[in-house]
Amino acid sequence: MRYISEFRRSELAQGLLSQIHRRSKTPVRLMEFCGGHTVTIFKYGIRQLLPETVEMVSGPGCPVCVTANADLDKAIALAQMPGVIVATFGDMLKVPGSDSSLQEAKAGGGDVRTVYSTMDALKIGGDNPDKSIVFLGIGFETTAPTIAASVLQAEERGIKNYYVLSLHKLCPPAIRALLDSGELKLHGLVCPGHVSAIIGSRPWEFIARDYGIPCVVSGFELLDILQSVDMLVNQVESGKSKVEIAYRRAVRPEGNKQALRLMMQVFEPCPAQWRGMGEVPGSGLKLKKKYQRFDAELTFDIRPIPTREPAGCICGDVLRGVKTPADCKLFGRVCTPENPVGPCMVSSEGSCSASYLYGVGLEQ
Amino acid sequence: MCLAIPALIKSIEDKEAEAEIGGITRRISLWLTPEAKVGDYVIVHTGYAINILDQKEAEETLAILEQIARLTEEEG
Repeated sequence: MRYISEFRRSELAQGLLSQIHRRSKTPVRLMEFCGGHTVTIFKYGIRQLLPETVEMVSGPGCPVCVTANADLDKAIALAQMPGVIVATFGDMLKVPGSDSSLQEAKAGGGDVRTVYSTMDALKIGGDNPDKSIVFLGIGFETTAPTIAASVLQAEERGIKNYYVLSLHKLCPPAIRALLDSGELKLHGLVCPGHVSAIIGSRPWEFIARDYGIPCVVSGFELLDILQSVDMLVNQVESGKSKVEIAYRRAVRPEGNKQALRLMMQVFEPCPAQWRGMGEVPGSGLKLKKKYQRFDAELTFDIRPIPTREPAGCICGDVLRGVKTPADCKLFGRVCTPENPVGPCMVSSEGSCSASYLYGVGLEQ
Repeated sequence: MCLAIPALIKSIEDKEAEAEIGGITRRISLWLTPEAKVGDYVIVHTGYAINILDQKEAEETLAILEQIARLTEEEG
């Protein structure tokens, strides 16, 4: 068992597809929250393989995409400060803020380093004792425990020049906000697999219980997605709404208790700004009082600049699932992966980037 | 962004491990999975093992999918 090729077997995909075609009677709209799922769906052309009764829409599950411009501007301002090294995951570099991007700040002399892990950022901190290292804490519940672990490691190892700009987002409050807006009628939710590896399946139960929407936690391979769609269709057709786990090899109902414990030791929930959704209560994470000396926002004098959104960009609507990339006048013409206007074209998991890469919506 | 890939743990030293990911050996952190053992498959996200993969569950899932495939073939 190597956990990859086994879950891409075409004869098993065929079986699942036949079952979905046979079972699905009621027209349904299912949302895949997570950008990683969007990529698998586009890569395998799953939307085209499903029956006409099953519509899939992409949700806001791309941390880079949902980061608000005002927050991006803070990261860019930090990168322009003398004596500061900004360490970030690579997909943040090209995201346009109000006036600039991290890549442009780097070209202008800012010290911006792409890292694979917070472990690399800690090493940069240790190697550059005369500089301040700011790690851009972008990510959902999957990533936040790794940032929490880095803060605890910095404390343990006495690294005094390590800071975090905490822009983390929590997924369940965002889904609640999305459902409360009433903009989009959903009949099922494909819940994010690696977020759930940390938080478990229980935090999704309010969706099934309070909104009557079936939920299935899915993995990221072809068979995972098809199995999840099949389970959602089955719930709809049998009049049920509950939370099921398709990704059982990686997700337990209670999640990863150690990761949750570290995350809540270092962080506490706070309001957060989501692109396209505005402020969502309890959907962010800030450093707890005990760890405030690691807080970049409290340590550095970040001057706010007037926030601007790119003209004509509809990333906000795309993130809420109410519009598709093909609805955007800029898509594939002005806005391409080489020259992105909005964040959904920058991140490889953004709907616009995935649509462009796999040619969805480019035919018009 | 939440990309995480399976890795096989080859050796463990304190809170770090050498793990094989698609034929390449990488150093990963076990801060989030202190119970991981040599020979376990874990899913790795940004250099951290975020959970241990459960082989029994994986095999059961595949058995269900094989059954679905057999049934649909029989119904042809």
